[in-house]
Amino acid sequence: MTKTSDKPVDELVPIFFMGKRYEVPSSLTIQKALEYAGYRHIRGCGCRGGVCGACGTVYRLPDSYRLQVGLACQTVVRPEMHLMILPYYPGNRACFDIEELSGSGDDPARLYPEIFKCIGCNACTMACPMDIDVMHYMAQAIRGDIAGVAETSFDCIMCGLCASRCPAEEVQFNVAILARRLNAKYLVPKAAHLEKRVKQIENGEFEEPLRELMSMPVEKLKKLYEEREIEPQMAGEDWTPRDTRYV
Amino acid sequence: MPYPESLRKFIEKVEATRPERVERKKRGEEFPALKLEEREPVLKAFHPDFIDGTKRKIKVGPSKNYSVSNEIVDLLEAKSRMNPDAVDLSKPDFETEVLVIGAGGAGTAAAILAAENGAEVIVATKLRHGDANTMMAEGGIQAADKVGKDSPYYHYLDILGGGHFVNDPELVYTLVINAPDVIKWLENMGTSFSKFRDGTMKTMHGGGTCRKRMHYAADITGAEIMKTIRDEARNHEDMIEVIEFCPAVDLVLDDGGRCTGAVLYNLETAEYMFVKSRAVVIATGGSGRLHIQGFMTTNHYGATADGIVMAYRAGVPISFLHTVQYHPTGVVFPEQAEGILITEKFRGAGANILNVHGRQFVYEREPRDVEAACIIRECSPAGRGNGVPTPTGKFGVWLDSPMIDMLKGEGTVRKEFPGKHILFRRFGIDIARDPMLVHPTLHYQNGGLDINNKCETCVPGLYAAGEVTGGVHGENRLMGNSLLDVIVFGRIAGANAAEYARSAGEPGKPSLEHVKRYNHEIEEAGISEDRIAPMLLPDYRNPEVKKKQLTGKEFGTLSW
Repeated sequence: MTKTSDKPVDELVPIFFMGKRYEVPSSLTIQKALEYAGYRHIRGCGCRGGVCGACGTVYRLPDSYRLQVGLACQTVVRPEMHLMILPYYPGNRACFDIEELSGSGDDPARLYPEIFKCIGCNACTMACPMDIDVMHYMAQAIRGDIAGVAETSFDCIMCGLCASRCPAEEVQFNVAILARRLNAKYLVPKAAHLEKRVKQIENGEFEEPLRELMSMPVEKLKKLYEEREIEPQMAGEDWTPRDTRYV
Repeated sequence: MPYPESLRKFIEKVEATRPERVERKKRGEEFPALKLEEREPVLKAFHPDFIDGTKRKIKVGPSKNYSVSNEIVDLLEAKSRMNPDAVDLSKPDFETEVLVIGAGGAGTAAAILAAENGAEVIVATKLRHGDANTMMAEGGIQAADKVGKDSPYYHYLDILGGGHFVNDPELVYTLVINAPDVIKWLENMGTSFSKFRDGTMKTMHGGGTCRKRMHYAADITGAEIMKTIRDEARNHEDMIEVIEFCPAVDLVLDDGGRCTGAVLYNLETAEYMFVKSRAVVIATGGSGRLHIQGFMTTNHYGATADGIVMAYRAGVPISFLHTVQYHPTGVVFPEQAEGILITEKFRGAGANILNVHGRQFVYEREPRDVEAACIIRECSPAGRGNGVPTPTGKFGVWLDSPMIDMLKGEGTVRKEFPGKHILFRRFGIDIARDPMLVHPTLHYQNGGLDINNKCETCVPGLYAAGEVTGGVHGENRLMGNSLLDVIVFGRIAGANAAEYARSAGEPGKPSLEHVKRYNHEIEEAGISEDRIAPMLLPDYRNPEVKKKQLTGKEFGTLSW
């Protein structure tokens, strides 16, 4: 039932990997189809689950001039597709000390002055396998709307397909992570409870009860575990437990 | 691939029971959780760890006679990939103060801390920087930082209960006491945690938690953390050099038994190279790609237990490796997404688990081993036989995601679970309207290398952190404690390795004698199979094609 070898037997279709023809089962993803064809991936394969950005793929279907994009681990093969995986892109990355930035609107432009070269062609958005409106967040970056960039680009997997298609040689994904970090560090309020808890720990407030647990016989631990109060699923932030000795 | 008619008729049964289940949840009524004494019988009968014939005793090495999964033993009872006599250790190809092996969460945190403590660092990694299970962790990271309702005390209790009360107390203490500071470190570095307007962290339940302490960044928490710390490591370009596609294959010890570097293998040029260092941190992660017992896995492509193999050969014992974590909810339909992780956060947000009749059979927030065993019992013909059949003859159970919108408002699924929403949308399924079909999937290596709370192994100069180690999670890890583990112990390992590099003095003559001795021990033990390890990458090539791949001793066809 859970064996990895249970591959469905289905119709074989031709695909062209970097111009070379292979016949592969029609239900497989590009990644698995290449393995079926005999490849053992080194580059162009990472999480195999659509989040790591290792397997950005450009492909073209027959009778069309249009280039399409997808992730090799997520895109099912199509008959007669021509494809290549783009496992690396030599985009520019600015080195910075985040402590020396402030989250002001011109931080991205200072580190990436080329953002003003954007010609608004939308090729980046068309190339994004995560359906992110890349051109929109580049416009937000130009306007200095760091929170906007952070929100729009949140799902970015940094595969580099946007940069590969950009006539203005932008490195959108690096601008995006810069903005996300600036937003989270400088624009979103810090968690006050976190600050307070870290201080309590530094003051050794939990030392004694924890040390007691560490040397407690298992039977007593089991009893405490069974009796511990469970915060209800639907409880709000203001919920408090009955026993407040250790909180 | 949208749901076919054959599954639609089962979804109707889920829809029929949904309104009442939502009402019960709103009233605070939950399906009863198993008591401690009720957990063991179902684990023994249905958890894969307890299936006869799937484990055997290791015949060689520091944990000789310890019984672990056959797939792990196969790698431990294997010789080095290279001839130890052929490596020229007199001329290092690279020299550094701290060598970090592995570039996931633990390795990256270690590299940053080592650099901040003044050490030059080389990070050697098999794939790209960040290609790791950390990147794929979805649901969250635990820390008891809600003042007035939670504390490290309860975090500690939850971890022990989940781990069957056999965890290493010092390691658990270290994990829970450092947790809030780790969240603060990540927040300060610019990690986009989901927060309320005033900056308060949004937190949820996970399986086996008594307080809502799961911090998250939508449903891509690990990716958010990994991208952030990787970006930070790249800002230390003067101190941290990352060498990609060059996995370590064996450690190098000096004539006094101290660890003084490693041999790397360049996957693309097939060269073996010696990195000389004053201290080494092993952070190679887990082993899901060994497909223990043939299970599908949530793990990334490089999760093949390399670090365990290397360190074991160098004399580091292993512990808690006799248990393996099966995540209760991996995708079984559509086939193309098979094995992909469906975060526990769905259950943390209230989604029920349901059988073919649309009925609950398990509390959805049991610890993972218990939850997985209950699902296997429900699906297995030897159990209750109430699984939902897929078009290809597998069985699963429903994870009722649409409940979440009904409990927390329209649009919640889309907003809180964007990663999974887009994944299923690609296959024509809207998980805000339809449930997901899931089955347990190989997820986490509960045990590993023995370390103390300073991340020291028994080999001087050799540190280890993260999934490659054992002890902190006991026999079963709770959700949200592995992201925490990699950052807490990664930072400790990096700082201590830097300190060791500074203070331990000049290493002696580098040597691979321990590898030769280990190879010899294998022969002495009468292990005749011609196995080599670490395996580095899994092999999914079509067997029909492999019959024609006739190069002697070939490593594999290169894509690039």
